[in-house]
Amino acid sequence: MMSHAAYVFTSYGIATLTVLGLVAWVVLDGHARRRELAELEASGIRRRSAEQAPGETR
Amino acid sequence: MSENSLAIRKFSDLANPTRFLALADRLLPWLTGLTVLFFVVGLWLSFTTEGDYQQGETVRIMYVHVPAAWLSMMCYSVMALAALGTLVWRHPLADVSSRAAAPIGACFTFLALVTGSLWGKPMWGTWWVWDARLTSVFVLFLMYLGLMALNRAIDDPARSSKVSAILVLVGFVNIPIIKFSVEWWNTLHQPASVMRLDGPTIDPEFLWPLIVMAIAFTLLFFTLHIAAMRNEILRRRVTALRRLAARAAGRGARAQ
Repeated sequence: MMSHAAYVFTSYGIATLTVLGLVAWVVLDGHARRRELAELEASGIRRRSAEQAPGETR
Repeated sequence: MSENSLAIRKFSDLANPTRFLALADRLLPWLTGLTVLFFVVGLWLSFTTEGDYQQGETVRIMYVHVPAAWLSMMCYSVMALAALGTLVWRHPLADVSSRAAAPIGACFTFLALVTGSLWGKPMWGTWWVWDARLTSVFVLFLMYLGLMALNRAIDDPARSSKVSAILVLVGFVNIPIIKFSVEWWNTLHQPASVMRLDGPTIDPEFLWPLIVMAIAFTLLFFTLHIAAMRNEILRRRVTALRRLAARAAGRGARAQ
């Protein structure tokens, strides 16, 4: 039988780990996508909207 | 230009992913700061207020459990609104919003289930019972996982968005079931004590940390959701550019 404090700290511990994991995933995902975009742009591949006049979408 | 069409223009500007990215970059630092601030105050209140005369220290689990449970339902409601946006207005950001929200909602639902279990063991004497509230929240968790799997299974967002939106709307029936399960059925879980028509029945000693933590969790959700939407837009751009590059490479190979 765990003490009451142990249940409280386990709860907060798991909550902290889950939230930090979620934040880390969102931040790392963002960095990875930005890096990919930068690599594509460096190799000369750009979005059509960045080359053409606005208004032409397709 | 009439005022009305100006308002419509402003609204449709928000639908433009590029505008959204600019807005996200401007909003995110502020939202992050506010989230951290509310968590600092909320956690401080959570551990400095008194324990309950019956529940002792375990009442502090409530300050994580209840906001996580609220958020698990709010996140699904946001997804349902986004699904309407996909099906009715074909809003280009609606599918992005719904897709980005699913993993966040799954995490909050997971937290609600785990902290509920850790609260149930010392207070009810059991980790889990298959009563209406616990079961319906578990079903919500499975729905989040199912939607994530579906979104990953179909590569092309143009095809997956409609299927996913219909599934989200069908699953929305579960939200009122979760909310009212404690009134419709005889559950081990207690009925609502904050969101009631006759006002909160909870002592102010517990209400304040709960409110601050609920605001902190809500801010956390919106911060993460906007950041995840930004990531999803970038992911789609990368995919589109790679396709463009592959097509250009194919043309180049044929020309030689």
